[in-house]
This record gives sequence, C-alpha cells and structure tokens, in this order.
Amino acid sequence: MLYPELDDKIVVTIMGACAQELYDLGHKDNFFYLQHAMGLASSIGLGLAMHLPAERIVVLDGDGSVLMNLGTLATIARYRPRNLVHIIFDNGSLLSTGGFDSHTTSGTTDLAAIARGAGLARVSAVDSVVDFGEAVIDAFNSDDLSVIVAKVAAVGPNHYGMDLQLAENAFRFKRFIHSRRSHRSAGLLGLPRDRGQP
Amino acid sequence: MTVSYENSKVIFQGIKAAGITSLSALPETWLGLLLQQADKDPDVTMIQVAKEEEAIGIAAGAYFAGQPHVLLMQNHGFLAAINGIVSLAQLYGIPLCMLIALRGHWGEPYPWHTRGGIVTEGVLRALGIPFEYARDPAQVGRQIREAYTFSLSSLSPVALLLTRDLMEEPL
Repeated sequence: MLYPELDDKIVVTIMGACAQELYDLGHKDNFFYLQHAMGLASSIGLGLAMHLPAERIVVLDGDGSVLMNLGTLATIARYRPRNLVHIIFDNGSLLSTGGFDSHTTSGTTDLAAIARGAGLARVSAVDSVVDFGEAVIDAFNSDDLSVIVAKVAAVGPNHYGMDLQLAENAFRFKRFIHSRRSHRSAGLLGLPRDRGQP
Repeated sequence: MTVSYENSKVIFQGIKAAGITSLSALPETWLGLLLQQADKDPDVTMIQVAKEEEAIGIAAGAYFAGQPHVLLMQNHGFLAAINGIVSLAQLYGIPLCMLIALRGHWGEPYPWHTRGGIVTEGVLRALGIPFEYARDPAQVGRQIREAYTFSLSSLSPVALLLTRDLMEEPL
C-alpha cells in the first residue's frame, strides 16, 4: 500500500524487518537502508529534509530505534522541515534481536504522546491498515512535517539479506539524489505533485 | 577563562571560506561565540542537536543532499557519538568533518573534563580517524579546508581538535 507511493520520495529505513520488507518489494535507488546505528534514521531524514527542500523525505522508523534517540523528536520539532514524513512502526518488540518487549509494549510508553510533547504538531496514532492508509495519504497531501505512529504486529520476514553492499547502497542513493537535482535544475522535473508552496 | 572572540571569528570565517554553509552542533563553552555567529548568519544553516550522535545522521543526510557540512562538538560529545561514527559514517563510507573542542587537556583546571580529554586522542587512533591539532589562528582556516577536503576524498570521518591555545585568551 505504501510502496507505490514511495516512487518519487527519498526514503530512509531502519534495519531489520523494515529494511528487508521494503527491499523484498523491489529495491530502488531512492531507498537507503540504515542497517546499523540504531536511532539515526530520523536524523538522516532531518539532514536530507533540511537540505533538499524540493524533495519529499520519508523515514520508516521503529519503536526500538526511536527509543534509542528520543532527542531526535525534539530536534525535528524545532526545525520543522515541512517536507519530512516520519513513520514509526511500533511493534512493541525488539523483533530483529530476539523479540524482547520494547518499552511501548502494552501501552506502557506512548510514542505518539512523546512526539506531541516534543513539539511535533501533526502526530497521528493508528492501529489499522485503513487508518494507516488514510494517515499516509493525509501526510503526503499536506505541506507540513508529519509523524505517524502505527501499531503493528511483531512479525517480520523469514529471511534477511540483500544483494546490495552497504557502501553501494550509499553511493547509489547519493547519485540518485544528485541526478534528481540535475534534472530539476534542467527543468525536467516539477516540484513533487503534492507540494504546495516551493 | 575567557573564550577568544577573535579566534572564534577566525574559525567561523575559515568554515565559510572552505565553502561550508551548513553545520550541526551541540553548544558548549568554547564553541559558544563561534556558534552565535553561525546562528545569526543568514547564509548559514545551523542545526542544534540534543545529543551529538544525532549530528552524525544529520551530516550523512547533508552529504547525500550534496551540501557541504561541518560538525561542531566537544570531545565528550564525540565520545557520545561513536556508534554513529562507526556504524553509519565508517560503515557506509560517509565523510564527516568534525571540529572538536579538546577539553580536559594541557592546562585544564576543571577535574570533570580531564578523563575525556586524556582518552580523546587514543580513541581517535583506535577508530582510525585522522586528526590534527589546531593551535594557531593563522593556520586554522587552512586546516579546516584541508580537513574537509580529506574527509571527502577518503570518505571517512576526520577530526580537527580545537585546543586551549586557540580557544582561550592567554592568561
């Protein structure tokens, strides 16, 4: 459901199920998989968003990663890049590392409330596929920073591995962004269709 | 202890002269005057982080975006950012140009800075991060430019250690 929407976006995912499931749907050069350095996907997204105002940046994050870098929510809120959509899949589990409960299990910790408290204005919490779809469409149609906390089941793929070296991913991702900039400056690409003011 | 206004200005001008117009930072005393100038310069984007490891991610994003970027932090912040440096920058071959305030070193009067100051060089060596000491305001602009150039060519983090000689007014 989300995948076709990512074609014209710059996408950063965390490690584990998030990265693998996106890769298995079909790798594209506008996807960067952060296979380690937990917590920093959102920071990469912030760095991209602040320096690529004409692009739409999507971060696919997880509860375990966000809990490792809660300060990022405050930093993102402070600078409020309007072209960033931060999606946090909250499975309440450190699934990729043995399935230990994360702090969000059973609603103990409410990431959406933390995000709002950090100063993020547009935060939605969803727990069904339909609501998720609506939240995503709303975020992509808006011209503002959006956070979506999506409760999901703690299930992941039955395999891990990519035919893509880490540095190769970084090189191709950077080259993709560079080519978009070149095309844009040559007038071959308009602003993303869902962006309002340039 | 008084932070050198003149040398803070020289460092900021050195950053700009190197063509760098984006920086991430966590304010600390030695960097304060420098960051105030960055903050009020309309040509510079300054991103203030809550913890230094965030800046490693932000720097990676800036690099992917093709934006020259420099990171400013205290050495204790560098120590707090190590996993990001190792498992994002070094793992993926992403350049970082880090200007690090070297607290807790020669002449340090404050006990709380000393342990971090003592281990900083050893940690940089252990991580294989090339570094230089910046002591002379006449050289620091060139050192910043060369650090940035080397980070890009080596696709590696590099560190310029801002020393007491440079950052404080002489007693």
